[in-house]
This record gives sequence, C-alpha cells and structure tokens, in this order.
Amino acid sequence: MLNILLCGVGGQGTVLASKILAKSAIRQGKTAHTAETIGMAQRGGSVTSHVRIGEAAYSPLIPLGRADVLIAFEPAEAVRNLPYLKDGGTAIVSNTAVKPVTDALSTTDYSGDAMFAYLRDENIRLIEVDGEELIRICGSAKVLNMALLGAAAASGEMNITTDDLCEIIRTTLPEKFHTMNLQAVELGARSVR
Amino acid sequence: MTKQLIMGNEAIGLGAICAGVQVVTGYPGTPSTEVLESVAKHNPGDIYVEWSVNEKTALEIAAGAAYAGARVMVTMKQVGLNVASDPLMSLSYVGVKGGMVILVADDPGPISSQTEQDTRTFGAYSKLPVFDPSSPEEAFAMVGDAFALSEKYGTPVILRPTTRICHAYATIAVPETRESRVPEGFVKDSRWVIFPKLSYAAHKRIEERNRELRHTLSASAYNTYTSGKGRKGIACGGVSYAYVKEALSILGAEVPLLKVGIPHPFPEDTAMELLADTDEILVCEELDGVIEKELFALLGQKQLCRVIRGKTDGTTPSAGENTVNGLMDIIAEYLGIAKPSQPVRKAPPALPVRPPVLCAGCPHRASFYAVKQAMKGRKAVFAGDIGCYTLGNAMPLDMTDTCLCMGAGITVAQGISRVQPDTVCFSFTGDSTFYHTGLPNLANAVYNNANMVAVILDNSTTAMTGHQPNPNTGKNVMGEVAAKIDIEGALRGIGITDIAVVNPLDQDAAVKAVQHAADHEGVSAIIFRAPCIALFKPEKLCAVDTAKCIGCRKCLRELGCPGLIKDGKKVRIDTGLCYGCGLCIGICPVSAIQYEA
Repeated sequence: MLNILLCGVGGQGTVLASKILAKSAIRQGKTAHTAETIGMAQRGGSVTSHVRIGEAAYSPLIPLGRADVLIAFEPAEAVRNLPYLKDGGTAIVSNTAVKPVTDALSTTDYSGDAMFAYLRDENIRLIEVDGEELIRICGSAKVLNMALLGAAAASGEMNITTDDLCEIIRTTLPEKFHTMNLQAVELGARSVR
Repeated sequence: MTKQLIMGNEAIGLGAICAGVQVVTGYPGTPSTEVLESVAKHNPGDIYVEWSVNEKTALEIAAGAAYAGARVMVTMKQVGLNVASDPLMSLSYVGVKGGMVILVADDPGPISSQTEQDTRTFGAYSKLPVFDPSSPEEAFAMVGDAFALSEKYGTPVILRPTTRICHAYATIAVPETRESRVPEGFVKDSRWVIFPKLSYAAHKRIEERNRELRHTLSASAYNTYTSGKGRKGIACGGVSYAYVKEALSILGAEVPLLKVGIPHPFPEDTAMELLADTDEILVCEELDGVIEKELFALLGQKQLCRVIRGKTDGTTPSAGENTVNGLMDIIAEYLGIAKPSQPVRKAPPALPVRPPVLCAGCPHRASFYAVKQAMKGRKAVFAGDIGCYTLGNAMPLDMTDTCLCMGAGITVAQGISRVQPDTVCFSFTGDSTFYHTGLPNLANAVYNNANMVAVILDNSTTAMTGHQPNPNTGKNVMGEVAAKIDIEGALRGIGITDIAVVNPLDQDAAVKAVQHAADHEGVSAIIFRAPCIALFKPEKLCAVDTAKCIGCRKCLRELGCPGLIKDGKKVRIDTGLCYGCGLCIGICPVSAIQYEA
C-alpha cells in the first residue's frame, strides 16, 4: 500500500500529476484510487489529490498521518497538509509560493521562507525543489508537475522511476512538448541529493 | 475489457450505458454533473441525452419516455430533487414501464451545496427504493441492478452517491457489452392518469410492496452482515462503510458489521442478524440518522432491548462529513481500545487563507462594480442567486446580500421591495438560472406590478458546474446546433419594456444603465453581456507602469482581482492570470495601468 498526497493551488497541475501516478500503477497491474478537489474551490483555492496504490485502500481519502509521500506544489499548502504525512515520510516541496487575494488585501506579506523554516524542523525527509528557477529554465509554469514527479521518482519512495516518467511523456504528450517536459523531469530529479 | 481509472460519476454513466439506457436527462449540479456528461461522451449514438432547463422538466421528460417503455436515467444534485419533487411524488404512485433510475448526488459537508439534506430520507418520504453506494466500483455495479429492480416493480429507483463517491476515481473494468432493449411504445391505459381513486389503490400497493422488499432486499449483495468478535457491533452505509472498514483495519478490530447498501426499504432481516449478535450498536452514517432510526423502530417492533449509539445520543456528529480519523476516534472509544498514535508536530506558522474568488477578468466583477458605483449613496439591496456570481458576496465587492435557491434572487427582491418601498431592489441572475426558474419569477414581477431591477448576468454558459450548454448558448449537450433563446426577447415577451443590453466591461455605459434602471418605476431589466473567460483566450494583457504607480492600492481594495498582486509597496499584474478585461485600467487614479504594448 502506497499513499501519496499531492497538494497545491487550483490551476498548478496537481490533478494531471495524480492521474499520471495512478495510470502508471495500473499499467504495472496494480490497483489505484484517487480523489481530488472539484468545484467551487478549484480556482485559486487550496487543492489536494489523494493517490492510493494497492488493494487495501477502502477510503477514497488518505487518513491523517498515513501518507508515505507528500508532493507540494506550493510551500504553504505543504504545511497545511503536513498532518497527512507519516512520521519520517518524504515531502517534496516546490518554492513556488502563490499569494491569495486575501494577502493582496491584508497588510502582511506571505512568503514561502517561513514555511520552509517550519518544514526543515519537522521529522520528515524534506526535498526542496527550486520550482521558480526551473520554470525560468523551461520557460513554462506548466512543467512544474513533471519536475515534482521527477523529484518524487528520484527519491526512491515511489512505485515509479524517472525512466517510467520519460516513457509516459513520450507516449502520452504531443511531441512538441517532449523536450520541455523531459528537461523538467531531469531538473526535478536533480533536487534529490 | 481493460481496467481503467474511472471517476465515480463516469462509472455510473458507463453503468447506465451498459444497462441499455435510452434516454438520459438532467440539470447540472455539483457533485452530480459528470454522470450525464459521461453518457454524452461515451454515447454509442443511439442514446438521447439532454440538459433540461431544470430538474422538474428533466424528470417529466424521463417519465414520458419510461411510460413508452424506454430505460431512462435522470441526474441532479440533492437540492435539484426539491425542484423535481412535484413530479417525483406523483410518479411514485403512477409508476413506470421502462426502468427509471433517478441519480441524486448528496453533498455531506456541504462542500458545494446550500443544504445537507439526505436523499435517503427523501426516498423514504416518496416511498421509493434507494441505492447508496460505498465506492465507485459499487456505484457502477448498482446501476444495472437498480434498473432491474425498477422494471420488476414498475417503480422509479433512486441511486444516491455522495460527493466522495462521485468524485473518487477507481480502477474499474468496464464491459464492452450493452443490454439491448426495444421499447414497447406508449400503450394507452387509464393507469397513466393520476386520480384520487387510482392513488388510493397505488398507495396501498406501494406500502405492501415496500413491506415485502424489506425481506426481499435483505438478500441483496449490497446489504451485508459479517459477524465479528464481541457483543458490540457497527452499522453503516455509503462512504462511511469505507471509512469504518479502513478504521477497523488500522485499529486491528473485528466487530459484528452491518452494511446497508439499500437503506430504503430497510433490509430488516439483515439488520436482525446484527441485532441477534450484539448488545450495543454504533451507527456510522452521514447526514440524517436513517439507519439509526430504522434500528430504533425495529427494536420497538421486535420488543428487543439494545443500546444504539449514533446521532440521537450525540456519539457521532450531527452535521458535516465523516472521515476515517473522526470515525476511528469514535470507534476506539466505543470499543475501549487505544487510538493509534499520530505524528506529533509543532504548531504551524500562520497560513494564507484561500477562499474561492471570481476569476481574474470575470465579467461578473465588472457587473457588480458598475452597480456598486451607480448605487453609491443610495439605499439598495442586492439579491443574488446560485452560480459563480454568488462569489460577488466576497470582499471587497460585497455585492450579494441574499442567496436562497435557484431563481429566488428575483422573487426575494420583490418581497423586500414590498416592505421597503424606498429601497432600490436588485436581483442578479445568471443565464442558466434565468431559464431554470428565473423566467416565471420575472413574469410574477410584471403581473404583480413589482418595482425592481432585474440584472441578468449573461456569460453565455453554465460556468459554475463546468460550462454546460443552456438555452442561451445555441448548442446542446450532444454537440448539435440548438435554438438560441434570446433573453431580451423573452423579457419583452413577458411584458418588460425597460431593457438595457450592456457590456459590463464598458463601465461608463454600465453605470449609466444602472442609474436609469434604478430611477425607472416598475420592473426594469439590464442584461450584462460578456463571455465567461473560460470561453476565449486573452488578446491583450494589462501591465503596471511601476514608475507611475503611487502604491495607493485602490485597484486591490476595490476589485479583489486575483490577477492584481501586491509587490512591495506597489502592485504588479500576474500575467498568467490576467485576461485583459481592463477594469483596473479605469480604476487607477494615475493611469499607471495600461494594456501591454
């Protein structure tokens, strides 16, 4: 049984990433379940995708403290969803902070630094991904999901390797997007030391 | 038959196709929408699918088709069933010939609904069988059995998934075969005309049938009892069954367990097996205590004495969603065993709040802002409605004073104006809501000489639920060109003469139109027409000239647009979100915002 929680802000690409994980597991002959935020909270709201691989999953959602891996597209969302991660679990967190409208109206500033400071102090294996830099190199924010999956694969905690990811990109995405996404996987994987 | 990752709602749609459904009607509503869309997407070509204008219409069309012998499915969310309740109650008496499955999705939480009503209770009230799936896999399997039960007893059957089943994805092997059926056609018979005498006979027959079904359905594979250790049992149904199973597996406990997959008519014999093995029963279910009350009634009827723990004694929550963790704590305490340890974490830093907001470039923001500007210093009430534009209530727009149910903005405005004649009463209605129930409510305003301003927010789509076509879009769900019913013509047809059609992004014209309408005696209408941003790609984006920006933040304070970002003392525009609506350009007092060169 492998539980993976993906989280971020609506529009960052968490849903596609969770589908890739689930479909690659099914291709390996495993059973997969996913569940995600749909509806009113989608745009600009906090979103999560629960991916459960293996036969023993009853609940569509992962119970608290039972996720093996947390893949966060946004630092504050990583902190918000940390209660799902088991002790010693792996958190892959991008520094791509998204400011909410409430922040624009408030007098305080939200930045990702305080979130990373908190995460570094917890009993988890933290893999920090410089998503900002990666988007700059690849030229599109759309590659963030592939980069984070690349890091997750390289962490060795998943049922998927970077080779599997590259294969999925080559077989499912239009050819013009191959180079950019393959580069994102490679750069994401380099975040794992 | 390969295994695929399929959403619960899609599984239900595919289940209906496999069962040989011939007519599918419905009205969009989260979390039910994808069921009908899936049938349309996988339509082999011979299934008639429509988005009806409202749920009552959808159910009546399906009833006619079922009278003619077709297998039919009707889809809606729980509050939609309130709209369809008039035909539903009578149809329960009249019955059907072709199988009818009414898919009603409930929304514990609620996550995106007005109420936490329980369709299992509605099923008992309307005396109809109700299937309650505990997983997407089971929802898929239930569709065919629901059709079979419907045809066997000539009654509509309700299939009632909840949000977590509707939107969960599971690995399902969908057979490529379909049941093949040729409808007999409509056979004229007095049974199709509801009359008091017929209703008396039908009522008697239905009660007898439901008494029989309490035993027959006890044998269904969806109602199960598994024995366990000890004299403390658990009864549950729906997604709570999945939560209970997961909680028990984490706790390592094996207790006598009743799963109710068809809560109405209640599987009496299966429940008796649980009662025979236990002294105490914990009931885990969401929304109403349906299983709990059935157990109480059964104990009384059988003169048995058992302790029932649940909503009545406050052991389980009376409102909101269940979770594995919530139920695990309750079960651990109930069984007197230790709760599993959870990771101990430090208190997290303050987190940004992310409430849902109108998208950057959304024309509704411009409409609300124009009305707000025009009504500055005047006494006005803004009655809103159901759709994306309910978000007009959020700060800083703060332009939705009421929201009740579909179409009610128009009628609530009329009611307030009867008590407060000195107030300008506005209603805000989206184009899909206008055709759902808005039109008769506006006819009422004209007929009864109301004094109000009806604002129609025409963005040419049903945006909130994911862009379904409606009578205003010129297309139907089957992708065919359909009649585009002109809103202005409809308003003229019911007798409104003071009508303005304005692009809300033209703020000067919009404000003038609102001022004129507010001063007009009687019913006036403003159609704010601009497409939803999801329907087009932006041609030009806005940009802030930081040299000119004085950091007054008026744009942030007034608009609440997610595309405007605080950047140090100044403001910048998120080019990934901006749609170039230009509303902020008109607001900046120093003209620091312009279209990008």
